[in-house]
Amino acid sequence: MSQTLFAQALLDPDAPVPAGITDPYGAPAPKRFSVYRNNVASSLTRALEAAFPTVRKLVGDEFFGAMAVVFLRAHPPTSRMMMLYGDALPGWLESFSPVAHLGYLPDVARLDQAMRESYHAADSATLPETAFQRLLGSDIAALSLSFAPSLRLVRSRWPVHAIWAANHEAGPKPQAVAQDVVILRPAFDPRPQLLPPGGGAVLEALLAGQSLGDSVETAGEGLDLAALLGLLISGQAVTGVLE
Amino acid sequence: MLDDSRNALPARPGVGYKPQHFTAIMADAGPVGWLEIHAENYMGAGGRPQAQLRHLAERFPISVHGVGLSIGGEGPLDQDHLQRLKHLCDWLNPASFSEHLAWSTHDGAYLNDLLPLPYTPATLTRVCDHIDQVQQVLGRRMLLENPSVYVAFTDTEMDEVAFLSDIARRTGCGLLLDVNNVYVSGTNQNYDPMAYLDAFPLHLVGEIHLGGHDEDRDDQGNRLLIDSHGAEVVDPVWALYAHVIAKGGARATLIEWDNDVPEWPLLAAEAARAQAVLEPVA
Repeated sequence: MSQTLFAQALLDPDAPVPAGITDPYGAPAPKRFSVYRNNVASSLTRALEAAFPTVRKLVGDEFFGAMAVVFLRAHPPTSRMMMLYGDALPGWLESFSPVAHLGYLPDVARLDQAMRESYHAADSATLPETAFQRLLGSDIAALSLSFAPSLRLVRSRWPVHAIWAANHEAGPKPQAVAQDVVILRPAFDPRPQLLPPGGGAVLEALLAGQSLGDSVETAGEGLDLAALLGLLISGQAVTGVLE
Repeated sequence: MLDDSRNALPARPGVGYKPQHFTAIMADAGPVGWLEIHAENYMGAGGRPQAQLRHLAERFPISVHGVGLSIGGEGPLDQDHLQRLKHLCDWLNPASFSEHLAWSTHDGAYLNDLLPLPYTPATLTRVCDHIDQVQQVLGRRMLLENPSVYVAFTDTEMDEVAFLSDIARRTGCGLLLDVNNVYVSGTNQNYDPMAYLDAFPLHLVGEIHLGGHDEDRDDQGNRLLIDSHGAEVVDPVWALYAHVIAKGGARATLIEWDNDVPEWPLLAAEAARAQAVLEPVA
């Protein structure tokens, strides 16, 4: 028996049962082989359901299950860690025509994926409040920040935070606006927080290692920097203030 | 030299750990004397899973059960994955490490199921090579688990007990006896589970698994049992288990319930049922 043929037949429902596989009496055993096919599809579908709860709520259980099977046949896992499976789903959704009318779905999947990454990210030590005193000084433009490994930034031209809140916390009906979201994990539970206008661009620059001064220049007018820093510090996302 | 001194789960009931049971277990574990985790679920960098595991390990012996090593695979073992297992075993120092007589990876794709292999001299050599590598890298003796199997292979030349016994003799590994798998495979492969158990080298068994299964029919209308880990252990499996314990002595016994996971009291009741079998011979 070749494991290559066995593996291919698991992911291709139209492939014949590989030669050399029978029931205990030597008879053909398609239904027995299909137990393995079903196990593969159902266990990977469960992994995707756990990873993309908001996408699943938006499209419904039945559609999600059917969609998951199409995805997993095209993109079986490459890692044995199921906590990583599905990182290709957001990009795949961009070209999955049955959801073409749900333009926001790929970004919602990115938010789900970022929440999961945050959940499993490394822990980081909490800085004492005194560590932030330099941020109260007059010359903070040259300072830069380091961040907790659990911080994730999701920038979207869709109202992804409102969509998340409407599906998980009975938030109001989302309005058609662009939203940037930062995921903070003060202890163990990641939380998506809506960033103020300009906050996404500034945070992106800060994450790239730019100074506070350069980062704010990137974002243009109107950003409340104190509010952004307050949000990040209270979410225990800032792990260092660097010269 | 393989260090066997740490490979010692208590001869008591254990359960497969599920995060939703954390509070209940820490408050009162009842008859449960140890916990088993799936290695791959604790390979993240941090967060709640790691923190819970650190807390649990202070209170309970932990068994690390791998599901993704693909010991029966045609290809070489994934060295990165083996190193991740080593990292986990090094910091956790579990009481036991076990894996499956199965394959799950092919050509870079991980299929997330425990797939069967024919039992031949060639597959025997390959499995033994892989187990040698695992034991060498981890620096500990591992236990190898008998699978649930749904199909037969025309290539097969050896029966499963002979195959497992040869592996244990050649590699020095111990065995994990899943009694539900024996019942499932025996029904599916038309052999007598009791005869299988009577031939099994019970002195090499470091751990026993008990779990639930589903029932279906194959193309010919014969009974086809499907390992589900999603229900109570059935009475015929409890009877086989009692036979094993009476014959081989008390062993660490896991209640394995991974799907449709019940509330803690039901899981604890299954563990208590195992305890009732273990106690008279302990």
